[in-house]
This record gives sequence, structure tokens and C-alpha cells, in this order.
Amino acid sequence: MPRKTYVAAIQEALAEEMRRDSRVFLIGEDVRIGVFPSTRGLHAEFGNQRVIDTPISELAVAGAGIGAAITGLRPIVDLMFGTFLYLAFDQIANQAGAMRYMYGGQTMAPLVFMAQNGAGSSAGHHHSQAVHQFFMNMPQIKVILPSTPYDGKGLLKSAIRDDNPVLFLHSLALGGKRGDVPAEEYLIPIGLADIKRAGRDVTICSAGPTVQTALDAAKILEGEGVDAEVIDLRSLSPWDKGTVLASVAKTGRFVAVDESFPTCSAASEWCATVAEEAFHQLRAPVQRVTNKDVPMPFSPVLEQAALPSAADVIAAVRETLA
Amino acid sequence: MHHRDISLDVVLDIYTRVLRIRRFEEEVARLFRQGQLPGFVHLYIGEEAVAAGVCAALTNEDTIVSTHRGHGHVIAKGGDIKRMMAELFGKATGYCKGKGGSMHIADFGIGMLGAIGIVGGGLPIAVGAGLSAWYTGSDRVSVCFFGDGAANEGSFHESLNLASTLALPVIFVCENNQYGEFTPAANAMNITDIADRAVAYGIPGVVADGVDALEMHRITRAAVKRARAGGGPTLIEAKTHRRGSHAEGEEAFLGGQTYRDEAETAAAQANDPLLLLHTYVSEQDIAPAERLETLDADITRLVAEAVAAARNSPEPGIETVFEDLWL
Ligand SMILES: Cc1ncc(C[n+]2csc(CCOP(=O)(O)OP(=O)(O)O)c2C)c(N)n1
Ligand SMILES: [Mg+2]
Repeated sequence: MPRKTYVAAIQEALAEEMRRDSRVFLIGEDVRIGVFPSTRGLHAEFGNQRVIDTPISELAVAGAGIGAAITGLRPIVDLMFGTFLYLAFDQIANQAGAMRYMYGGQTMAPLVFMAQNGAGSSAGHHHSQAVHQFFMNMPQIKVILPSTPYDGKGLLKSAIRDDNPVLFLHSLALGGKRGDVPAEEYLIPIGLADIKRAGRDVTICSAGPTVQTALDAAKILEGEGVDAEVIDLRSLSPWDKGTVLASVAKTGRFVAVDESFPTCSAASEWCATVAEEAFHQLRAPVQRVTNKDVPMPFSPVLEQAALPSAADVIAAVRETLA
Repeated sequence: MHHRDISLDVVLDIYTRVLRIRRFEEEVARLFRQGQLPGFVHLYIGEEAVAAGVCAALTNEDTIVSTHRGHGHVIAKGGDIKRMMAELFGKATGYCKGKGGSMHIADFGIGMLGAIGIVGGGLPIAVGAGLSAWYTGSDRVSVCFFGDGAANEGSFHESLNLASTLALPVIFVCENNQYGEFTPAANAMNITDIADRAVAYGIPGVVADGVDALEMHRITRAAVKRARAGGGPTLIEAKTHRRGSHAEGEEAFLGGQTYRDEAETAAAQANDPLLLLHTYVSEQDIAPAERLETLDADITRLVAEAVAAARNSPEPGIETVFEDLWL
């Protein structure tokens, strides 16, 4: 199977879906030249009409995507960094995230918002926050945070074909990571988790860059005789409760690893659900491993200290075994 | 051209500010190439005349708000090169104890209210600084630096209108370097002069030659005078160019793609703000050549000392990740 980088896999998904459906187009700041290599080369193939560079106007661009979506097109709106979604918040939260319901089912907004999520390049608070948890909080937006090239491609293709607003978050920290990507077409359904490592003793739930953190921890724990199961949720909204609850039924222990600010993090939601629905199977209290509760610092040393680490995960797992 | 209305002391002061920015930035470019600086770095080389001319018209109490391309603003306002350099290295001795970095330097002691990495994020903050001056009856003025790209954000339009309706002492300085990242300003707006947008908000809009530090200074002086007298905001559009990349390391990052033609870049580079000022200072006999050389040598040494100090400074302690959160 061909090995591809994460960004190359995303680029392939965009190109394939644009070839398949002439209503699909890409719009955003510098998408032609490609601030992230994932949009490179698309302009050469699809031209000005379908790869649209915009002024620096996130609110208008996001809103224009919504307007185009409810009038028959299938836009992919690239907002570059997750933190720039804050500038478009009104259009996403008040409009895309409620429109179909608010107008009694008359419309749908089939569009994808795309952005890089999270830290790892020492870019400071304005370019380093994970934002997925804000959008998980919205009832009518799907949220995807893949961790491998294979998952990224298959999920982005599903997102583009989905009739609902979807937020597709990719990660600079994973951009250069290589993985197997089949040459033939495939889709990964939104809302389906993937067990990245099977185990009996403890369930570690993760998504995006924290999948690797969880796997690193699992490897070290193996040396201590602890057999951890690592679940990669891949989709955060909707998320695969079934797989998580089945795993907890087996292990009786649950650790959530999530790159978010701790309060109302994705991990909070996973833990609440496990506590509600699997309480009697739990042999220890659930554990959350998240960012420290501080803005993202610039210094590489402090940035690493602020992010969830394998050591944090191991400590949390030991807590469940104590 | 003569600038008889600008005293020789002020000319020399502006020259010094331009030179300090230039030498600092040249060193930062070198350090970045050597892989010594973490994160993203956006240089101000080619645009120094704007910050220097503007800030020389301000007092220590007057405030500025800056951008992702902010080193020049800090230096022009009187910032400490040592603490800046340490911050770029992410060290504990930096302006923000390593928590801010290149895009987030602040020095509240000299009225430098912070660099902001969100395009257009500074304009509302500058309006607020103007609001507090008005509220307290201070004659302080608030200056906001931002780019041509930022003029397309909603925050630009809302801020100009708000400052105008409240007649606040805010000076909006648009650094039109003709590009927002890799997109020419001409593709992002259908007007030639961003200053024209002032009309929509009922405030003066002035086009300035942003390569000419003395012209920048003269125009800012007038806007400051007006603002201090309660006349309200002004929009100044400085036509300028950035000499190098949008962000350092861009060539490798873009994988051979280009977005500016070489003739354009060469023409812009020939029109150098430091050279222009140097010529004027020399022709007008403002300072003898030896004095200018000494000045340059002093600044170069200061920058080298700042680098050495930054390298020898400690990393921030892990425990500081929780510091400076609450009062
Ligand atoms: C809200 C927001 N959108 C996009 C970006 C990414 N970005 C960083 S700098 C930049 C270009 C800014 O152009 P301009 O305002 O002209 O300033 P210049 O870089 O030319 O000094 C962009 C789009 C950002 N930092 N913030
Ligand atoms: Mg610009």
C-alpha cells in the first residue's frame, strides 16, 4: 500500500471529491498557494472558480460558505488555524449550527469548515489552541479530528459528502506523519471509532495528536505488565459511545486523553458518559488527562508542560489501578 | 527635499530608531536561518520608517498596539532589545517570561500594549485605550499599527466607526506593504488607497510615503495634535513594502512556489528607508560620518550582547506554567 503523509492524504481527498462533484469548491485565505500544503496543486487542476482566494475576512468567508450551501453548493471553507474560527463564531454557532432546526427542516447546510487544531509548533496562544471542544458543544455540527493519513482521507471524503455542517480539524503536529493510504477509493463513516491498540486492563480514549500520546504511554505500561486498550475516536461529534462503553465493560477502567483546556473538554464529555452509562462496570474513578488550565505558552519547554504527556497518561492509569 | 519643520535632533532620533530596528531584524533573520529561534518569525525590514516616524511623535505615556510583525514597533517605542531577544528565544528573562514569543511582545512600562497574532485583533484594543484616555481626561493618544490585510477584517470597520462616533484620540496606522501573506492587496480589495475608507467613517484619511520616515513623522504629528485637542481619530495609510518573506523560512515552506515578481521586489528594495534617511542625514550635515559609524557600531554591539545574554539565560521553570494566571 502507498505510504503518504497526512497532508498529502488530505489533499487527495479534496482533489477526488472536487473531481467527483462539480458543486464542491474550496474557499479561504491563500488556499491557492497553500498555507498548509493540503490545498496545494488544487488551483492548477480546478482553476479560479473552484479554488477561491479571499481577503482576510473570516466571518464573511464562513458565512458566504453557509449561504452558498443553503442555495445548492457544497463548499469547503478553509479557515487556516483553529483560533481563527473564533472570528467566524457567529456564523458557525448561530447560523450553520442551528439553521435546519430553526427553520423547521426546510434547509440544509452541507459544508465543511477546515482548520488546523492544537499546539506543538511553539507559535504562542493565538496560533496554538485546540478548539474542537467548543464545537462539540453545538447541537448541529459534526466534528472530526483524525490522527492518521488513512483516517484523515476517508473521513474528509465523508465530511464533504455529508449533508450537514462538518468541522474537519487537522493537526500541524501530524502534518508530516506518514501512513498507509490505499490507492483505491474508500470512505470512513463519521462517528465510528478505531481501536488502535487492543488491551484488557484499562481503556484509554483519545483523538488527534493525543492518540500517539496514548500509544506511547501504552507501550511503557506494557513493560509494567499493564495491558492498555487505546481507542482513537476519530469523530468527536457524533462520537462512538458504543465502542467506548464496550471497552470499559471489558477493562473496568477509563482514562480520557484530550488536548483541550480541561473545563468542558472533550474528555469531560467522555468521562461523564462513561460515569453515567457504565458506572457499575467501573472498578476505579474515571480520569481526565488534558492541557493544563492555562493559555498556551510560547516557550517550547512551557508548551510541552502545558500539553498532555505520556507521563500524565501513565500517572492517570496508575491511579485507576491503585 | 528639506524637512525644515523637523529639528535636527528629531531627525537623528528617528534615524537611530530605524537603524536599531534594522540591525535587530538582520540578526533575527540570521538566528532563524541557523534554527535557533522557535515558532514563527515575521520581519519588519523595509518598513522601519513607519514605526520610527510614528513613535518619534509620541510620548512615553502614549500607547501603541502592534501586530504579528511587531518587533519594529517595540523598538521604535523604546523597547529593550535584550528583553526582546530573550523573548524570541523563549527564555525566562524575556519581556513575557517566554510565554509570548515573537508575535506577543509587550512592554506596558513604555505604553506598548502588546503585539497580537490575530490579524485585525489590535484595532478594538486601541479604541479602548483611546476610550480610557478620554474617560480620564488624559491627553494621551492611542496608536494602532495594522496591515493592509487587516483592513479587510470586520474589526477594522467596527473600530474606525466606534472611534469616530465617540471622537476618541486614536490614530490608525495602516502599514500597506501590498501583501497579506501571499495575496496581493490588489486581489483583496478593489480600491487603491485604504485611506479612502476613512470617508465612510467621517474621519480624515491620509496617504503617506511609508518609506520616508520624516514624512511619516510629520503626518503623525498632525494627527497627534488633532487627537490631543479632542478632534478624534485619523487613519494614516503608509505605503511601504516588506523586503523579505511573509514569515522567515518561507522559501522552503512554499516548495518553490513564488508570488512576487523579481522586478517588483528589486524596485521596492532599492527604495530603502534606511538609505533614504542616511542620505538625508549626510547631505544635511546633521551628523558627521564618524558619529553615524559609531552609532551603528554601538547598536550592532548591543544586538550582539542581547543575543549572548539570551543564549545564556535560563529556560523558564516548568512551575511557571501556572504563574501569572490570576491576581
Ligand atoms: C484572524 C487571522 N486570520 C489569518 C491569519 C493568518 N495571517 C497571519 S499574517 C497574515 C497576513 C496579514 O496581512 P497584513 O495585515 O497585510 O499584514 P502583513 O503581514 O503584511 O504585515 C495572515 C492572513 C491570522 N494570523 N489571523
Ligand atoms: Mg500586508
